[in-house]
Amino acid sequence: MAWRNLWRHWRRTWLTVGAMIFSNGLLIFAMSLQFGSYDMMIDNSLQAYSGHLQLQHPRYLDDPKMRYAIDDIAATAARLRRELGLASISPRAAGFALASSEERSYGLQIIGVDPAHEPLVSTLPGLVKQGRYLEPGAAGEIIIGAALARNLKVKPGDELTFIGSGFDDSFAAGVVRVVGIFESGIADLDRALAQVDLAYFQEVFAMQGRGHSLTVRAQHIDDVETLQARIAALLGSNESILLRHWDELQPGLRQAIQADMASNSFMYIVLIVLVAFSVLNTQLMSVLERTREFGTMMALGLQPGRLSRLVMLETALMTALGLVLGIFVGLIINLYLSRVGFSYPGMDEVALKFNLPERIYPAISMASMTLGPTAVAVGSLLATLYPALRLYLLTPIEAMRAV
Amino acid sequence: MARFSLHFKTILTLSWRNLWRNRRRTAIMLGAISVGVWAMIFMTALMRGMVDDMLNQGIRNLPGHIQIQHPEFLDDPNVVNSIDEAHGDLLAALKDDGGRVWANRIRVPAVIASERESRGVNLVGIEPLSETHITGLPGQIAAGRFLESNDDKGLVIGAKLAERLETRLGKRVVVMSQDPDNNIAERGFRVVGIYRAELAAQEEFNVYAARETLQKLLKIEGRVSQIVLVDDDYRDVEALYQRIAQAAPEGVEVKPWYEIDTYLAVMFNMMDGFVLVWVVIIFLALSFGLVNTLVMAVFERIREIGLIQALGMRPSLIVYQILLESLLLLLIGLFIGNLLALITIKPLEDGLDVSIVAEGMAMMGAGSVIYPSLTLYDVVLANVVVVLLGILTSILPAWRASQLDPVRALNTH
Repeated sequence: MAWRNLWRHWRRTWLTVGAMIFSNGLLIFAMSLQFGSYDMMIDNSLQAYSGHLQLQHPRYLDDPKMRYAIDDIAATAARLRRELGLASISPRAAGFALASSEERSYGLQIIGVDPAHEPLVSTLPGLVKQGRYLEPGAAGEIIIGAALARNLKVKPGDELTFIGSGFDDSFAAGVVRVVGIFESGIADLDRALAQVDLAYFQEVFAMQGRGHSLTVRAQHIDDVETLQARIAALLGSNESILLRHWDELQPGLRQAIQADMASNSFMYIVLIVLVAFSVLNTQLMSVLERTREFGTMMALGLQPGRLSRLVMLETALMTALGLVLGIFVGLIINLYLSRVGFSYPGMDEVALKFNLPERIYPAISMASMTLGPTAVAVGSLLATLYPALRLYLLTPIEAMRAV
Repeated sequence: MARFSLHFKTILTLSWRNLWRNRRRTAIMLGAISVGVWAMIFMTALMRGMVDDMLNQGIRNLPGHIQIQHPEFLDDPNVVNSIDEAHGDLLAALKDDGGRVWANRIRVPAVIASERESRGVNLVGIEPLSETHITGLPGQIAAGRFLESNDDKGLVIGAKLAERLETRLGKRVVVMSQDPDNNIAERGFRVVGIYRAELAAQEEFNVYAARETLQKLLKIEGRVSQIVLVDDDYRDVEALYQRIAQAAPEGVEVKPWYEIDTYLAVMFNMMDGFVLVWVVIIFLALSFGLVNTLVMAVFERIREIGLIQALGMRPSLIVYQILLESLLLLLIGLFIGNLLALITIKPLEDGLDVSIVAEGMAMMGAGSVIYPSLTLYDVVLANVVVVLLGILTSILPAWRASQLDPVRALNTH
């Protein structure tokens, strides 16, 4: 009966269902794209350099000074790798130095890394565009960012001298040969970062085996929390080392996503409210014009409860139709976009700022496909409550008199 | 003409009365239109406010609306890539009318060292008197004083940097950079002022000294890195840009802000597109309900429409009548929606605090407080789109109504 009632005014029903299809399709499209870009933003930002987790001295994050270091960093890294059965753990030590080429001098962040394990936690080694990456144990080699190389006017094979201050405030200086130049597209890295071998760094900066961070990369972003718990268990109550989640390492990332989510949610809610209005309109009208009919049915002994269930069922059918067709439309859009990608004029500039590629691809997942349509369905059913509950106020006699 | 106004009066009365025949339906539709229009304007005002803030901050950080510099300087901000201080035609063009602010600036990478720590910074040589209008820096001094003259010997650093260097007001720090011959240029400075900035990154990175003091240190007397200009409004710098570009000597490059920071330019340009897309999407969601209402309104009145047609009303008048009905509905909805938007934006004038996601906002280049910006353009756009597209979507149901065959229509039901 609900089904037949729906098609008494097929135009009205289709218009309402049309509103649902439109919103469902749009919500699926927008959410998939949104989740897709978040995933990429997180992956690209973390993989380039900071990793998923880092072990640091408790004060190092807020105040990255040389003296907040971890003892025996290489040994600690080896022990963790062994006990976790995970190779992607790499020790680093960081210092600041003034580097000079024949023509130029620039301040740079100089990082001591373990060339054997660094490629497992960071994409930077793979982004060496000229020359090659560091070789394990090679003292006196350095790789630098592309912008820095341009500014220093050096190319692979050239020499750089650097001066800085070491762990014990001693004078730290060295002469290194540029073996490679990387280009990550992330301005901060390309402009001011350089890497040397960890052992060499420790020697020049008088670190005595110390380092500043152990960078850990999980196999997948979803494994980070489990891994975090395992490492925390291994460390026990060690007061000189703290495990930092990527949220803490790059607080801007999570917050940019939250800000974006908040504004998007507002838009989604408005859309859903508008659909609910549409449903309310349709159902209230259909109830009102059937007042006589309902009155007759009640006079024949039908309970108001059954009538309001009938009205709810009608909405449910409409919603189901909108849901199925909406998901279908959304899926088609998504499948298309996951082949060609999505982009708009000027997006490359924005994308660069957030470490995104020039085209973004939707993330087709259970959540992105069903969250929006479910909300639309719930909104529609809520909107139908009013017309459905009105039926309880109906008295057969008056209703039958109604025009 | 008289006939026309008589007709108009008739159909206006008809439309108005018809609108209120089914009060509930009209009320629901009005509710939908009002919420839609409110959302259009409210959201747009917030986004505009945020983007305005990003642009203002971004431009203040560049700084300036127009920059004059060595063609290599932006990619390679080295002391070698300097230009002569403003002189000749350029100086005349810069000075030619009041209100506008310009200044010679030096900007070089440097290393700053306290007794405990050293850092890479951006060393900026400024003319303190113009600075208020360029970066607003004097207003951000948290401790000590701002630089006072072009040959002031002091140094002003950010609070964050002071913390990193473990130094404080009155202490000495050493600043190292290079001169054009790649010799280390080094000098001790006393920290005379500490500033706070909205974006922490600036506080840690920018260090200010007086222009002439730096020229001496870097051995570049008479030369500067940039000449920056601030016009009245960043949205409209084209005319000034053209004039300055004409007057600039050979071998220097003149660039407006939107060419220097393309991210800002994209945000600026994209905003109008975003507003339009948002308004249209909301409208589409509304249009289903609108068409629905009209279709139903016509359907209920088939007999009646048939009757007045039989009585001699022209089909075109029926179209007008239904369109007018739709227009009235839209106008009332727009009125309520606009009013709602005004009422909700008003209390937010002092800013919407989003400091929970401050670092995320900083990543986008915006501050942690959003000041909604309600512009006439956006309000007009939203209203015009709703009215135009609203009428457009109403044409079909209205036209169908006018095509009814009076005889058949009278016989339905």
